[in-house]
Amino acid sequence: MPINVISAGIATTIQDMGRPGYYHLGIPMGGAMDRLALRAANLLVGNDEEAAGLESVFVGPELEFTEDATVAVCGAELPPKLDGEPRETWTAFPVKAGQVLSFDFLKSGARAYIAISGGIATPPMLGSRSTYAIGALGGVEGRAVQPGDTLPLGKGSKPVREGLSVPANLRRGPGNPAELRVLPGLYWHRITEQAQKDFFDDTWKVANEADRMGYRFQGGRKLEFVEREQPFGAGADPSNITDACYPYGSVQVPSGTEPIVLHRDAVSGGGYFMIGTVISADMDLIGQLQPHTPTRFVKVDMDTALAARHDRASTINAIREALA
Amino acid sequence: MAKHEVRSPIPGTFYRKPAPDQPVFKEIGDTVAKGDTIGLVEVMKTFHEVKADADGTITGFPIGDAEPVMAGQTIAELD
Repeated sequence: MPINVISAGIATTIQDMGRPGYYHLGIPMGGAMDRLALRAANLLVGNDEEAAGLESVFVGPELEFTEDATVAVCGAELPPKLDGEPRETWTAFPVKAGQVLSFDFLKSGARAYIAISGGIATPPMLGSRSTYAIGALGGVEGRAVQPGDTLPLGKGSKPVREGLSVPANLRRGPGNPAELRVLPGLYWHRITEQAQKDFFDDTWKVANEADRMGYRFQGGRKLEFVEREQPFGAGADPSNITDACYPYGSVQVPSGTEPIVLHRDAVSGGGYFMIGTVISADMDLIGQLQPHTPTRFVKVDMDTALAARHDRASTINAIREALA
Repeated sequence: MAKHEVRSPIPGTFYRKPAPDQPVFKEIGDTVAKGDTIGLVEVMKTFHEVKADADGTITGFPIGDAEPVMAGQTIAELD
């Protein structure tokens, strides 16, 4: 028995943990931008934590249920309402057949993850239900959710305790200003010492051009490049390099002005130098940044990055234990 | 009559004009009907129309043209 989509907000997509393994062909792994939030939402409703749910940006959908289910909304503070009555985020709540789930105005964060017991059971493509609209993969016929869609649900979720909630200290989100830790990369030497310092000293702001492919930042000082004769195959701008692979989280700065952090739907390569890479532990946080959010980049080394990855994994483990 | 506030459902940059070289959608003192476009919010490379959700007369714009707007913030006041 499906869920009827009455309205879909501005961008609601089906996402799971993505389709790693095809990036060398230009197909990004995709999947939830804030993976911790989707895992938590799935655990709250008794799903496999990698099951497909809905990722809603800024505005929630309106969904009519045609069977009883358990629902949880994690990530952004996008307050859920059931038949108009408020419900808590980060907390499992029961929904009866015929009831309508809707949302109030966004309070903080950017992306809410809506998990429904059973998980969304659209056909997987290349091993994932994640929506990659540019490549028409996953989702509903390769696209975002639209009014009039019916979303099939799977089976096999475990029974859960009603009112189960993620403890407040395990709900991870960005601060204000947001801090994103960056490991300087292969092209670090391309900018001057002054620019290397400025990049981390300045407070940037999230630009309006911020989506699943990448997040653009504005407002810091322009980066000056070390002079060189451009190598064969590189464009004329000093920020150009001979085409190279773009890692997830890599920070390119076209013409030295506005850094772009590539995210889950990243392009796999191109001709802009990258100052470094946002560490994997902080990728979830980017998915929760609204436009105009003040943001600092914090320089770290590999040991710090690996320790942060370990800490994030421990947080997810603590959520598993708290909800078990 | 009770004051009504038209709020933006999305964060981004608020614009009172459909394009930089065109007049504003609405001025203070204009009457609006439910469903009339009051402004645009730019986010994620797209412009979203914000429409009046009630009838009334515009008494103020708490946010200026091309200024940042948060989700739930009032963009126009109606009487």
